[in-house]
Amino acid sequence: MFLIYCPYCKATREEEEFHNAGEAFIARPADPEAASDEEWGDYLFMRKNPKGWHWEQWQHAAGCGRVFAVKRHTLSYRIAGSWTLAAGKALFLQEGGV
Amino acid sequence: MANRYSFWSLLRHGLKHHQSWQPAWKSPRPKDRYDVIIVGGGGHGLAAAYYLAREHGVKNIAVLEKGWLGSGNSARNTTIIRSNYLWDESAFLFEHSLKLWEGLSQDLNFNVLFSQRGVMNVGHTLQDMRDIERRVNANLLNGVDAVILTPRQIKERVPLIDIGPGARYPVMGASFQPRGGVARHDAVVWGFARAASDLGVDLIEQCEVHDFIVENGCIKGVNTSQGPILAERVGCSASGHNSVLAATAGIRLPLESHPLQALVSESLKPALDTVVMSNAVHAYISQSDKGEFVIGAGIDGYVGYGQRGSPHVIEHTLSAIVEMFPTLSRVRMNRQWGGIVDVTPDANPIIGKTRVKGLYFNCGWGTGGFKATPGAGHLFAHTIAHDAPHPINAPFSIERFLTGRLVDEHGASAVAH
Repeated sequence: MFLIYCPYCKATREEEEFHNAGEAFIARPADPEAASDEEWGDYLFMRKNPKGWHWEQWQHAAGCGRVFAVKRHTLSYRIAGSWTLAAGKALFLQEGGV
Repeated sequence: MANRYSFWSLLRHGLKHHQSWQPAWKSPRPKDRYDVIIVGGGGHGLAAAYYLAREHGVKNIAVLEKGWLGSGNSARNTTIIRSNYLWDESAFLFEHSLKLWEGLSQDLNFNVLFSQRGVMNVGHTLQDMRDIERRVNANLLNGVDAVILTPRQIKERVPLIDIGPGARYPVMGASFQPRGGVARHDAVVWGFARAASDLGVDLIEQCEVHDFIVENGCIKGVNTSQGPILAERVGCSASGHNSVLAATAGIRLPLESHPLQALVSESLKPALDTVVMSNAVHAYISQSDKGEFVIGAGIDGYVGYGQRGSPHVIEHTLSAIVEMFPTLSRVRMNRQWGGIVDVTPDANPIIGKTRVKGLYFNCGWGTGGFKATPGAGHLFAHTIAHDAPHPINAPFSIERFLTGRLVDEHGASAVAH
């Protein structure tokens, strides 16, 4: 059980109010028609699944309903912060996009 | 077998006051090089090593385990065994395993306490019952035993269950697989370890694999906490940590690791002699031979490697259990644990080759790996020995996620994933 800050509601709430929506910032192939089976399969199914810091999407399901980005450690479950998707992606790219 | 267990050996050792029993398996120092290395000393890894040595004549095998044998998910599950899966591919896979379970104690000369007490999957809605009828029919066509029970028949087998009109989750019927059941999880690990060690497999504990050594697209060995160990063929069976290891060889897998929880109660007199599962409310329960109620909960919704889970997941499961079995409301829970399970998008495992020559993965078993222990080991051994999958595990390659030929058991396999 952990507490998550919603950047839209500007409030910290219990994990149960939120729904995890998986790894964040997975780039969709720019031209899906031109993507090979391997590229498309990679986009659809392959995941980083790291043991460490993980950028992920959370939806404030029992609150405002909006999706935002959270950087969370998958072993200690510590949370570095919550951002709107755009702000989170900028930070993610600044970190080198990993 | 050097140290064969039997009534006579028990009697002989008893007369010597049980002072002369030998250790069940050897603990050798790792050699520099092996023919095959298996990463992960859980039930799956040990079974693969055992079948490689027994059926494929591979002499020089090591199993590398970062903790002690069976310290991961092998000891963190609810020990349910069944094969009532909907799709042909999965039914063949799990039925292959169930058939091996049926002779396993004899094969290993070790009593794994396999108890075919039946597995019941309860339906609470009309849609549940339609799914159950479809699954039972599919099972029968595939040679998997299955029957449909009426609420009265359920009540006869499980007097504890509330089938009354006021039940929060009305019981409308169930599927029942009489050949399903449970086994003693530790005994499965110990039995495979002992039998494998007897065939000359080196079981190396406290030896964590850090990364794979890959040269020119071929596997050359592994770097471990006890130094590098070389091998031309490496099979990885590391459950929740498969993604982490695969990444060291530059391989991406379609896995997400989640904590899965289970819990056991204090010991009570025998009151439940079958396994009851409910897909809709995600609760499953059986009673161990020691009298503890063994209860399985769901996975946490996020990626997690901490071997613990969220309390609200347990609360959800226990509230469902108490609604279905009101008499259990005052039973106290003894222990709770979380294991890290690697879940695939189609809720079916991966047993197959990778892009790296000589590197094989047995992963993605998600919440249902225990029941497959002998079958997964058997098929993984075949895949490693022949550098090609067995016909039963051929549909379960990594490539299915690139071709789109998924075997989608999500919501079809008698349990919510």
